[in-house]
Amino acid sequence: MREARGSKLVFRGGHSVRLKLCTGLTMATSESKSSVIVPGESSTGCWSCGTMRATHFCGACGKVQPAVPVDYFTFFGFPRKLDLDTAVLEKEFYALSRRLHPDVFSQAGEQEREWSLEQSSMLNDAYRTLKDPIKRTEYLLRLEGVELGEQSKRATEKARASGEMKQQAVPPDLLEEVFELNMHLEELKVQKKAGEDDPALLEEIGKAKLSLEEKYDALFNELKGEWKKWDAAVDGGTEEDRKKILGAMLDVLNRRTYVRNLVRDVNEAMED
Amino acid sequence: MATDHIVGIDLGTTNSLVAYMQGETPSVIPGEDGLNLVPSVVALDGANQVIVGNSARKYLIETPDHAVYSVKRLMGRGVEDIREELKLFPFRLAEDLQPGEVLRIKIGDRTYTPPEISALILRQLKRNAERFFGGTVTKAVITVPAYFNDAQRQATKDAGRIAGLDVLRLVNEPTAAALAYGLDKRKNGIVAVYDLGGGTFDISILKLHDGIFEVVATNGDTHLGGDDIDNLLIAIALDDIEGDLKLNVRRSGEAVQRIRKAVIEAKIALSAQPSTKLDVELPGGQRYQREITREMFEQLIQPVIERTVGPTKQALKDAGLKPDQIDEVVLVGGSTRIPKVRQLVQDLFGRTPHTDLNPDEVVALGAAVQANILGGGSDATKEMLLLDVTPLSLGIEVAGGVTDKIILRNSTIPASATQYYTTQIDGQTNVAIHVLQGERELARDCRSLARFDLKGVPPMAAGMPRIEVKFLIDANGILHVSAREQRSGKEAEIDVQPSYGLTDEQVENMLLESFDYAEEDFRQRQVIEARREADTILAALAKGKSNPAWQQLTSAERTNAETLEKGLLAVKDGNDYSAIRNTIDALNTGTMHLAELMMDTAVSSALKGKAMDDADADLPEGETSQAGHPVAKAEFK
Repeated sequence: MREARGSKLVFRGGHSVRLKLCTGLTMATSESKSSVIVPGESSTGCWSCGTMRATHFCGACGKVQPAVPVDYFTFFGFPRKLDLDTAVLEKEFYALSRRLHPDVFSQAGEQEREWSLEQSSMLNDAYRTLKDPIKRTEYLLRLEGVELGEQSKRATEKARASGEMKQQAVPPDLLEEVFELNMHLEELKVQKKAGEDDPALLEEIGKAKLSLEEKYDALFNELKGEWKKWDAAVDGGTEEDRKKILGAMLDVLNRRTYVRNLVRDVNEAMED
Repeated sequence: MATDHIVGIDLGTTNSLVAYMQGETPSVIPGEDGLNLVPSVVALDGANQVIVGNSARKYLIETPDHAVYSVKRLMGRGVEDIREELKLFPFRLAEDLQPGEVLRIKIGDRTYTPPEISALILRQLKRNAERFFGGTVTKAVITVPAYFNDAQRQATKDAGRIAGLDVLRLVNEPTAAALAYGLDKRKNGIVAVYDLGGGTFDISILKLHDGIFEVVATNGDTHLGGDDIDNLLIAIALDDIEGDLKLNVRRSGEAVQRIRKAVIEAKIALSAQPSTKLDVELPGGQRYQREITREMFEQLIQPVIERTVGPTKQALKDAGLKPDQIDEVVLVGGSTRIPKVRQLVQDLFGRTPHTDLNPDEVVALGAAVQANILGGGSDATKEMLLLDVTPLSLGIEVAGGVTDKIILRNSTIPASATQYYTTQIDGQTNVAIHVLQGERELARDCRSLARFDLKGVPPMAAGMPRIEVKFLIDANGILHVSAREQRSGKEAEIDVQPSYGLTDEQVENMLLESFDYAEEDFRQRQVIEARREADTILAALAKGKSNPAWQQLTSAERTNAETLEKGLLAVKDGNDYSAIRNTIDALNTGTMHLAELMMDTAVSSALKGKAMDDADADLPEGETSQAGHPVAKAEFK
């Protein structure tokens, strides 16, 4: 924990430093046509050779550029679409890694090394988020201003860890199934305490689990369906269309989380 | 490149090595003794001189309280962490340790922190490399177990700095091994590296793709290795000795070290033969002997090697792979020479592991490859890039003592996470942050890395301040933290209490001390070497005086030689290096004529058909054996 040592660490200023840099660059290339900063679309010239449009690194001289806060899709130069070809994503990730990774800047000056560290950490964070279909969807929802709410994974984990009751609404189509399953699980608990063994009950629970797992897979397919709708709406839909699709995706994700937690509960009950 | 060598160092629990890229292939730099492995043993001799490596080993037996080994087990750990180690290893803690202080270990009367002891080993490796290159070496890549946490990594980096090395990168050991393997094979595919060394176990799964080495998952146990096997065998021997010989030698450092040496030899023998004999002469003259069969040995170590199964399965699960999707399994670490371990790996992955690489050297060779990449690369490495991961999740303690994970394990590094903090009370100016590392849900079950105190938050209504804290794990796997308050822009500070580890100031002081010592050491070494040289020339002169050639010199020449001889005898046992040096040089010059005449005599006697024995005997001894072989590789069976 390098930074963390010594007795005191002064705030490093983050953005204020970056803003100062931007000003400096703007002044250096005062001819720059546009005063509007479009994230990722490199509003400034390369700090090193000055002339080229630059995003993560300069197209002309290859030097790494200071990180600009952009969303992960933009970082990769992708539109905000969800049905992403992960093979293309991986290829881009490798190509960008070759140019941004700190190893490439081991012999460079301190400033470039710092930029490379920032850029490649952002690259890695972006890749990690986009390559996972669920994380990617959640990320897009957040990007579009959707609150993911109490059923998010972290909230659930926290609730589990602290032993709080889960305050989760049961998806309507699962009400009956969940009610029955909970009864069975209670029964199982009682039986286990008494040291009894009821194969019929176990079979019942096993069946319920199987049905839940099928539902879990089906929900993923449902989500993929929403992706396609979203991607189409990005190009030609109305604001209202997009809002509707976002809502539908949130609903699928919530149901999916709920089912996953149920499966986990069943597994735990059977293992205990 | 010619002037600025970046070396790769494997700082191991049992052995350490230094390697470099020779052209397009990595190779190990041998020590002065011609051996590639430098045992990670540090001792102080009678004169409190630091001895490292092979020559330090004898002190483990002769003066066990003046020697330490396996100190890697203590890196980055606190007193409460090492209770178990203390039962199994003869570490002697300093008596005046304060709670929260970095461990200090006694060697003789001196005390050293684990990073300082590691620095002594690193300095030996640095010296070996400098002797090899004939120039200074200041930059290095050092390997660490993949499963090392932040504190253990920081301690390793500190050790490098104390040794006077600029540590360009910490590389995970299995990843380094994969680099060496990949450089050799140049194949795409999925590789699992199973690394069971002297004290640590790592399993890493990598995707090799056109020169990119992407670690997809890693797992391990930083306290599992050959040491544990040795300790099992030692325990049996101690029980036997107590039962059969009615001797309790548990408290005798010398006896335990003799037993340890014997069981290690037995362990190694059992990898090649079905049975072996333990034979230890105990202090006091009694002998302990016992036959060990491989079968017994394998039964004994089963529980130890079984502990590698859990981490291996977890790594596969995290990678989202089934064992049959692994294209190659690479074995690393001395303990993978044990046939039973190989069998276990084979069973786990359903395939014969790759054993072409020397498991003792491959990590150092990989470190040399990475050093080469960082130095700008060569034809062989210019397409190579390593993408490693953080082995443990990073978390923050939140209300209720729960860990809120902000960077998950197996995230590619560098990785970052930004968290926002605010205040809970009106006018609150401090915010405490507790940083944790580990997978458990409760903060108390995770490893505490540090407590941060954000200070100087401008007084506002509760919940108003918006403090952005950025956590960044760099390519070494080390955490950096920066913070800023967004609403005020007023400068604030972070007060840090690292849970374990040295402060920058302490490292700086140790660095200075080691320079002082180093200079002192250097001067002493110079004097010792000059004395040795003086003895050689004095012996040669004594021999020359009985040679007929002596009589052929003028009387002035003879007087001069004898005066210089007396002069050298007078200064050689002193500590004045330049006086010894100058007198040696003068005597060398003054006896030049004598040497020539002796040579002539030898040649003419040879012509007369006489044996050359006399002339041969005049050659100084010991010098020729120094040459050695620069890139000798240890034999691998």
